[in-house]
Amino acid sequence: MYVAVKGGERAIDNAHAWLAEERRGDLAVPELTTAQIREQMTLAVNRVMAEGSLYDPDLAALAIKQARGDLIEAIFLIRAYRTTLPRFGSSLPVDTGAMACDRRISATFKDLPGGQVLGPTFDYTHRLLDFMLAADGDVPAAPEMPVDPAPVPHVMSFLNSEGLIAQETCDGTPAPDLTRAPLELPAARALRLQALTRGDEGFVLGMAYSTQRGYARNHAFVGELRIGTVPVEMEIPELGISIEIGEITLTECETVNQFTGSKTEPAQFTRGYGLVFGQTERKAISMALVDRALRWEELGEDDQGAPAQDAEFVLYHCDNIQATGFLEHIKLPHYVDFQSELELVRKLRRDATGQGAE
Amino acid sequence: MSDYNFAYLDEQTKRMIRRAILKGLAIPGYQVPFASREMPMPYGWGTGGVQVSAAVLCPEDTLKVIDQGADDTTNAVSIRRFFERTAQIAVTTATADATVIQTRHRIPEEPLRDGQILVYQVPIPEPLRFLEPRESETRKMHALEEYGLMHVKLYEDISRHGHIATAYAYPVKVADRYVMDPSPIPKFDNPKMEMAAIQLFGAGREQRIYALPPFTRVVSLDFEDHPFVASKADHPCGLCGAQDSYLDEVIVDDAGGRMFVCSDTDYCAGRQVDGHRGSDNKEYAA
Repeated sequence: MYVAVKGGERAIDNAHAWLAEERRGDLAVPELTTAQIREQMTLAVNRVMAEGSLYDPDLAALAIKQARGDLIEAIFLIRAYRTTLPRFGSSLPVDTGAMACDRRISATFKDLPGGQVLGPTFDYTHRLLDFMLAADGDVPAAPEMPVDPAPVPHVMSFLNSEGLIAQETCDGTPAPDLTRAPLELPAARALRLQALTRGDEGFVLGMAYSTQRGYARNHAFVGELRIGTVPVEMEIPELGISIEIGEITLTECETVNQFTGSKTEPAQFTRGYGLVFGQTERKAISMALVDRALRWEELGEDDQGAPAQDAEFVLYHCDNIQATGFLEHIKLPHYVDFQSELELVRKLRRDATGQGAE
Repeated sequence: MSDYNFAYLDEQTKRMIRRAILKGLAIPGYQVPFASREMPMPYGWGTGGVQVSAAVLCPEDTLKVIDQGADDTTNAVSIRRFFERTAQIAVTTATADATVIQTRHRIPEEPLRDGQILVYQVPIPEPLRFLEPRESETRKMHALEEYGLMHVKLYEDISRHGHIATAYAYPVKVADRYVMDPSPIPKFDNPKMEMAAIQLFGAGREQRIYALPPFTRVVSLDFEDHPFVASKADHPCGLCGAQDSYLDEVIVDDAGGRMFVCSDTDYCAGRQVDGHRGSDNKEYAA
């Protein structure tokens, strides 16, 4: 005989216990430490920090371990944690021009002040599985050379000095905070960039790729891609000076895109911009392309009806924590609603077949 | 969990949410944008309701959480535990004993009274969303009270099916002004919305809060020649015999056998304690 279902509470406890056991895996295999994740799964850690909007490699490593390597789940853990953190204030804008670069390349100039520095990139590796890694081999030390103390100026500054690229000026408006105010449209560029930098890498990549394939095409050159560390400074009102509170790794991408201009206004290249926590260059390049596509209106371009031009579409759907939560909630019971539809469909079928009309 | 504030959210966040609630109560049915926080449960799983509950809960409150009308569904258990851990408040499954009731998809059968708050979890707060996907457009439509599109949709339902083909999340007009989504409750529950308790609606992912003060006029949209009907399965409850409650259909064997039971488990259990029996309730038959 049917009795109303009970036992949800015990089921949850048991599921959690099973989950913990599965996370640990085979006890004969040593447990992964968060330090190992932090040091050897760096790019996963970087993605979790970027999309979790919290720069803390140790916490990101912990989240990855707890999430069994599911990065979106790890990002979710970080997001939920960061909500509870107090806000001390805002840092000063970081000066990416003064970045200590590990990697710095330009696709628009063969050589330039500061040079082309490949850095630790997968770019020219052959994607052949390295079975040496399966055996625990030591890595030979990479060759080293002294750091060139010369500054590494932004590539854009060279174009800028000739007036070839549209100058972006700061209008002094304080940057909005997407995590403290509801998203309202139209969204200014600062807010769009904020949403994109924490947006899902896959979503932003797909959007960027669509622009390359002709949905609001705007051919982008990678003017510059740089990865390195910058100091973070904060102004302390009591002291009246700014002090350095830490150092973060950033990936910055500036694209040079096709020009605007008319008979009266000289032609100029335009910019797309991407800036992301950690070494996350796929994301930064994607972000720059999507940023550029979203600027169609201010640059006087046509609305081609392309998804990447549609700020409402992009901004409302780029957050993977919102997306995954809502997507997965359809696993929850819906039998009340389903029952009401069952009744309705049965009634409509009765009416259509002429049986027992009301 | 002792590191967290009472009911998880910090006081400033709760004040921000309370301001949104007060605005919502002042403009019944109007969707107030609020800076929804990332909660330790997923979006789409009641984060809006949880934030609203966290903002209204006091230490002396008694909380009831239901999902699909039942206190023991897994997500209801999870949310109830969350508040037990973070707010150390009393919890109950008895509708009458609760001061705050958080719900997903149902309104309890037992009429609510003055002093109670019903908090709804809302997935898509915008009743016009599936007619117009753009928020920028739907906000304009509400501002201009431009609801023709909704009536056309309902009319098209009738011309195609002979009935309005909406069985849950059935749109209502509030205080003769705003068209509002009652959240995905079955339309059976719509008439209950003119009630003595305060009703608060929280949509976390969509960052909206709206509200109904007690006894606000709530009219389910319809036409004179196709009046709204609050329908339910045409059976009594198999366990308690109730004729007036919303029923779940349960498949009991693989030969097409089924029975109907109250979706509101507290209501059903209460009736059985009072000696009511349904035709399928052999074990307990007096």
